[in-house]
Amino acid sequence: MKEVTGIKDIIKPENLVYRKSDLITENPFSYCPGCGHGTTHRILAEVLQEANLQSETIGVAPVGCSVLLYDFLDVDCQQAAHGRAPAVATAIKRLLPDKFVFTYQGDGDLAAIGTAETIHACNRGENILIIFVNNGIYGMTGGQMAPTTLEGMKSSTSPNGRDVKLMGNPIKMSDLVAMLPGTYYVTRQSVHTPANVRKTRKAFRKAVEYQKLDKGTCFIEIVSNCPSGWKMTPTQSNKWMEETMFPFYPLGDLKVPAEDSKEINKTN
Amino acid sequence: MEKELRLMKGNEAIAEAAIRAGADGYFGYPITPQSEILEYLMEANPYLTTGMVVLQAESEIAAINMVYGGAGCGKKVMTSSSSPGISLKQEGISYIAGAELPCLIVNVVRGGPGLGTIQPSQSDYFQSVKGGGHGDYRLIVLAPASVQEMADFVELAFNLAFKYRNPAMILTDGAIGQMMEKVYLKPQKERSATVPEWATSGKSATRKRNIITSLDLDPYAQEIHNHNLQKKYREIENNEVLYEEFDMEDAEYLIVAYGYSARVSQKAVQILRSEGVKAGLLRPITLWPFPGKRLAELAPKIKHIVSVEMSAGQMVEDVMLAVCGKTRVSHFGRLGGVLHTPDEVVDYVKSIR
Repeated sequence: MKEVTGIKDIIKPENLVYRKSDLITENPFSYCPGCGHGTTHRILAEVLQEANLQSETIGVAPVGCSVLLYDFLDVDCQQAAHGRAPAVATAIKRLLPDKFVFTYQGDGDLAAIGTAETIHACNRGENILIIFVNNGIYGMTGGQMAPTTLEGMKSSTSPNGRDVKLMGNPIKMSDLVAMLPGTYYVTRQSVHTPANVRKTRKAFRKAVEYQKLDKGTCFIEIVSNCPSGWKMTPTQSNKWMEETMFPFYPLGDLKVPAEDSKEINKTN
Repeated sequence: MEKELRLMKGNEAIAEAAIRAGADGYFGYPITPQSEILEYLMEANPYLTTGMVVLQAESEIAAINMVYGGAGCGKKVMTSSSSPGISLKQEGISYIAGAELPCLIVNVVRGGPGLGTIQPSQSDYFQSVKGGGHGDYRLIVLAPASVQEMADFVELAFNLAFKYRNPAMILTDGAIGQMMEKVYLKPQKERSATVPEWATSGKSATRKRNIITSLDLDPYAQEIHNHNLQKKYREIENNEVLYEEFDMEDAEYLIVAYGYSARVSQKAVQILRSEGVKAGLLRPITLWPFPGKRLAELAPKIKHIVSVEMSAGQMVEDVMLAVCGKTRVSHFGRLGGVLHTPDEVVDYVKSIR
């Protein structure tokens, strides 16, 4: 048997089983090990690439862990002020209606400071995709309580656990926007297992197709983990997410287009 | 095509001039005394004729961020508001300045602070010319004194904004916004089809991706960015100062006033001249860049400069900086939404002789 002498013997086209999307840049991800952002970026890039949308896409990322999205995705991007991505995306889509426009927002951004922009963009039925990564915490700022932080959950600003009497209740943004007539497709997914990655990819594919129809806002929530903020290992955090986050934020479709509902129910 | 003559409110003139200048988008929120701009545009519905997008936002904050998004696509976009609303927009304006995006912001000033009043004022001068939001930045600030200038300055502001990739502001007040005058309107221009090379228009195979941002986590890179901004601001100061002078040839008393106050002061100068007082007026048209060099040139020949403003004394500080002690400078203000009368200004100038 021929002995493997170095990495060059392994890196050969015939040995290739997986490669990153062309729309992911060479910049190393700045996300913590085990964080769901990297996977979510990857899925988004793959879906944009397979739909041949690189030249048609404009992304908007506001303040938070995903603020440097433009470093990792090889598409035109705008960095928005904290919470304002849906307003920024509204104008982009209205002025360039043929482009594919998405926002990529965390829960502090979308569900606290940007609540008004989120609700009103959805209520106007802006023909954009809002990607909402919900890890129940302010990640970049250092693990503070977010509007989505669960009851009893510890954070740096709720060190004894969230007391809903003093600090308010966790908010379910997807349920809220699903009630608005302007939203066309609202779903809640995760990216912590291969099966969930496949479902999220399907959701992104649908959102890409739906935006061509000009029928309203698509809203995809990704319930995700924050190992650093939650002070857990990646494995622990995924387990905790399944046991604690999913009962309050159950995965699945919240709103599907009537004409597609049969088919979507089948795929989920 | 010949210019068209109409009788219009200042606010309406801005709206109509924006359509005719080939603006791509307007994003606004109602607030007195400037709501006619949004109302006029909604009524005119230019989307059907020129393709200009007009949208009533959920807040002033959303509106300025829509401007950010549109400007980032290289589009000719604008917003308008009045003082409390402009305060809300300051974060967005800072981002626009930091990301070096061109746009037009109209402030039809009302008296403050707080909810203040809905009457005209000039008390947002500092906020407009010194920054307003966070960080070291400048807006190009134009101060119209007539309905005609309200119309004309829309295109001028857009041209300057795109020339320097910098936000421009029309700083006017409730009086100019609400008064009706005749106005010559320029013919309709087509909306521009050219996409600036820096705009987020979709990454083509032939160029790198375009990123609109004001962020650089590396402080040394951010310092270079700031130096570049300052270099641009010095260039604007050297090239774009605009002002107008009345009766300055032999003037001993100089009134400095802009916008509505300049109209009152021009009348006061006429009265003073008829009574034998050698008065003159300098009207800054650009408040930033400020015509400080011209004031410094004039100062040695002037006995006293009076800054007439509808504020507690804001522009007077720029006058003092410009003349640097070469002559006496004082301020004569009315506050809280009250307009000067020409006679008051005449009496004040006589009192300091």
